[in-house]
Amino acid sequence: MSGKPSDWTRGEAAILYQSCRSCDKVQYFRRDFCAACGSTELREVRASGKGKIYAASLVCRAATPETRAHVPYNIVLVDAAEGFRMMAHGAGDLAIGDDVVARFVSFAGRIVPYFEKEE
Amino acid sequence: MSYITGVGLTSYGRHEGSTSLDLMSKAAALAIADAGLKRAEIDGILCGYSTVSPHIMLATVFAEQFGIRPAYAHALQVGGATGLAMTMLAHHLVEAGVARHVLVVGGENRLTGQSRDASIVALAQVGHPDYEVPLGPTIPAYYGLVASRYMHEYGLTQQDLAEFAVLMRAHALTHPGAQFHEPITVTDVMASKPVALPLKLLDCCPVSDGGAAFVVSREPTTAARVRLRGCAQAHTHQHVTAAPSLSELGAEIAIEKAKTAAGVAISDVRYAAVYDSFTITLAMLLEDLGLARRGEAAARVRSGYFSRDGELPLNTHGGLLSYGHCGVGGAMAHLVETQLQMTGRAGNRQVRDASLALLHGDGGVLSSHVSMFLERVR
Repeated sequence: MSGKPSDWTRGEAAILYQSCRSCDKVQYFRRDFCAACGSTELREVRASGKGKIYAASLVCRAATPETRAHVPYNIVLVDAAEGFRMMAHGAGDLAIGDDVVARFVSFAGRIVPYFEKEE
Repeated sequence: MSYITGVGLTSYGRHEGSTSLDLMSKAAALAIADAGLKRAEIDGILCGYSTVSPHIMLATVFAEQFGIRPAYAHALQVGGATGLAMTMLAHHLVEAGVARHVLVVGGENRLTGQSRDASIVALAQVGHPDYEVPLGPTIPAYYGLVASRYMHEYGLTQQDLAEFAVLMRAHALTHPGAQFHEPITVTDVMASKPVALPLKLLDCCPVSDGGAAFVVSREPTTAARVRLRGCAQAHTHQHVTAAPSLSELGAEIAIEKAKTAAGVAISDVRYAAVYDSFTITLAMLLEDLGLARRGEAAARVRSGYFSRDGELPLNTHGGLLSYGHCGVGGAMAHLVETQLQMTGRAGNRQVRDASLALLHGDGGVLSSHVSMFLERVR
């Protein structure tokens, strides 16, 4: 599988999205086809990690022992600069509309994207 | 044409030792008796799901247990919208002549049958398995995200949201079957433990045991004549990450289609039964449905508009927030209460006029919507 780009959902410190060669739409959830036009001509692109906070919720009660160790943690929806929306973790001081940039942290035994205010 | 000819509802809360099938059976027996029918006259069964006892053929498991051999039976899964989705299907089935009397049933021992953590983990699976669930969100977090955005766009405050919890509790106080009977105030809601901010414990519905059922028939079977006048669905996404903007959510699509199907306007509505898994759900849906202007639903709660003796009584049994939430049966209690109100059988909760009712259910994270109008026929 070498040479195929990977992302945080597969243990790599990166955010990937797909861009359709036919209709130019972008999508975040990986598929074998474009959900907008059905084309199978997709490019896998590495995102810049830059974006804007769309929504945020501070989780104070978690449901598993692994996640409970991290409480409280901020779940955010980020509108990426490339035009897709993603869920991630974020710093506790983030507000809607903040410009943010991603780094990667360990959470419940996995690597997850973590957004902070862009300096 | 279809009619809600009978309704049945258990109390919600703890039913120690009862299985999901027990609770379904109890509610079903009540609904069939209420319709004045015998079990053998039920020729269609639609049921929901049980997270405690999942089964690939729950409707036939139930039919066998209950002692019915229906001509039509299967389960449906649309999350919180399941109850109204089953009602919509039952309506079309009896209209098409597939069945005469369809039993719609849901019930689950969700509180005593599994730990609260197990419930939260099971329900969080409505999130995306690769892109959301590994981040450790919970159902309250999905709705907490929506709440943060809605508050940002329309200026709602946490105190505004708290009003909905207080209203639902006030209504539950007068229903003996409700899970909660202690009055609460906005201060109590604000001081309750943070769950997924901006949502706190009292902004969230509880986990309950309970069962609800009704019979949908082609013709009235008793003097209780409640007709299903029109309904519609909309499904815009599953995962909150893929949700459209707040102004394009499914509730607005479903209600427009339902209004057309029923030939009614929002100003005709006299009673409302609206899904209330969280305070934000109720606030948003009331505004999406046009029962209040954007950002003004909380003010309407404060002014008594949605109270039992207000202009538009809402969830007079206490809703999911205070009657309780046992999964599929949770929102079915809204329809049971509506039918009781429309037939003048709501006792000390009876409203003046429930001649035309609007019901709305939501599944997932505002993903699946069903809007429905019921009318009383003389």
